[in-house]
Amino acid sequence: MSATDEWQRMHPLSPVVRGGRATIAVAVILLPTVVRGGSLDDSYLQLVLVGVLTAFGFLSWLVTRWRIDGDDLQIETGLLRRQSLRFPLSQVQAVDIVRPGLARMFRVAELRLRMGGASGSTARLAYLPEREVEPLRVRLLALARGEEHDGDAETIDAVVAEHALTIVPTGRLVASILISDVGIAAEAAGAGLIVTALLAPAAATGVASGGTVWLVSALTLVWRRFNQEFRLTVAEGTDGLHVRSGLIALTAETIRPGRVQAVRMVEPLLWRLLGWCRLEVDLAGRQRAKGEGEAQRRALRAVLPVGSRSVAEELLDRIVPDRPREQSRPPRRARWKSPLRYRMIAWGRTETCVATTSGRLRRVTCWVPLQKVQSLRRVQGPVQRRLHLASVHVDTAGRSVHATLRDRDVDEADRALAQLTALAREARRDLSGSADKATRTSPEASSPSRGQ
Amino acid sequence: MPPGTTAGSDRWRSPSPRLLVLRRLQVAGATLALLVAAGALAAFASVVAALACAGAAVVAGLAAERIVHRRFSAWRYAEREDDLLVQRGVIFSRLSVVPYGRMQFIDVTAGPLERSFRLATVRMHTAAAASDARIPGLDRDEAARLRDRLAELGEAQAAGL
Repeated sequence: MSATDEWQRMHPLSPVVRGGRATIAVAVILLPTVVRGGSLDDSYLQLVLVGVLTAFGFLSWLVTRWRIDGDDLQIETGLLRRQSLRFPLSQVQAVDIVRPGLARMFRVAELRLRMGGASGSTARLAYLPEREVEPLRVRLLALARGEEHDGDAETIDAVVAEHALTIVPTGRLVASILISDVGIAAEAAGAGLIVTALLAPAAATGVASGGTVWLVSALTLVWRRFNQEFRLTVAEGTDGLHVRSGLIALTAETIRPGRVQAVRMVEPLLWRLLGWCRLEVDLAGRQRAKGEGEAQRRALRAVLPVGSRSVAEELLDRIVPDRPREQSRPPRRARWKSPLRYRMIAWGRTETCVATTSGRLRRVTCWVPLQKVQSLRRVQGPVQRRLHLASVHVDTAGRSVHATLRDRDVDEADRALAQLTALAREARRDLSGSADKATRTSPEASSPSRGQ
Repeated sequence: MPPGTTAGSDRWRSPSPRLLVLRRLQVAGATLALLVAAGALAAFASVVAALACAGAAVVAGLAAERIVHRRFSAWRYAEREDDLLVQRGVIFSRLSVVPYGRMQFIDVTAGPLERSFRLATVRMHTAAAASDARIPGLDRDEAARLRDRLAELGEAQAAGL
């Protein structure tokens, strides 16, 4: 049990960075007036507004403080509604360092701890000085493993030392986005506008005003994807897989070993022609808590935005080493139930892992370590009953990966249900045998009251 | 029944028969309301139309009674050594296997109607949103017993995420 630290504040520039775009807007509004010759009387109202916002920012900074108390991270915040949040470090699923463009300008970074549990939330330390973030991350992860960390420079270097596994080339990323669903939507919208403009310039203005919305939203999606996955690097460190990426906003995540709930490989139709695939891991923890931005919402983390099968296999070896190589196909009569999916459906298992494949146009393969299985469900619909088929669902704590043994013969489904139940039980026993005390903490502890 | 999911000390239990009574009363109430509407129709419009409406209401009520009965008999659950089995559904039949070790918390709820019949619904939550272990219409004492037992077993077998 480590000692209790002193209370600490965030970086003084945090409110500015938190304000983000608003800060830039304010600067843009005020600068011309100031430059033109200081007659600030005209923009009196704006000045008051800026003053109030600044005061609020400063106050929120003043009343926010954090410390490490034994095995917990404690954050206190709020002026009128005081909140004291306590995050047990043993339940940390992943630690992210996020640096938006503005934060990079001011050399600060945000540290995000994703917690597990049904009501799992995210602990945010925004913003800390850049040089303090990395040592703090190492220290938090060490505490999460139940070790005491003295935080001297050598140990940190030893932990940070890593071995790069993959880097995604920019050209391939661009090409892959151009032929992905979002990319094609954006291209179609753009092409449609241009064609209308050429054929009937008069009509084009009308179409453009309606079409721009679509074009802009499609472009935003494309940009977001590009920005997030630019030069994505996966490296293996001693404390887990390190995933780094970003063009303007940089993110660095650490995925703790054994915290991956499920892995899925997506192969869209066009990508399959090129032999490309995308690999995503699913972590526990609710990502859609109130007041969280788009960036935090991604429960699914792409560890390989685009790559060849062999690269994906290499990464899979690190994440789910013991995975089924062979998958068995459903009986032929399943094509009456799932005509489009029939070509894709398959499943396989080893003693510790279950794999399922499905999808209509794109092929989606999911791997679930049996340790992570939350519950199993056997479902039979009316069509399936007539065809003597049944499906078995494998539920995990992740949000986005749905592993389903689709349309199997009823006897096979029942056998699979019984076997998977037994294997998952064994896997769970092994887990709790070797588990850190971490996992035994009461579930309530992981859900600090989030408010306002 | 699937082999291996019934083996050993399985004892399937069913929701309280009072749940069936409650559901039947709900159906009867709805049918009665339709009949009253038909009566109003007879008073203000043609008697033929009213008779047709009344007939339709009775047929619909009888059909609903069948469905309610079949749905009631499809619900059942069994407490096994390591997990809870819950089966339900007539058209889509579902069998859930929820290990006690995965339990995060238990909900016991009782609406006003359920309360007046001394019934309660027990629901077991895991970290997976898709997990589906809900048992409606349990006798109040049985619900309390199940809740305590599940909590105890969950604590004893708890496994981390």
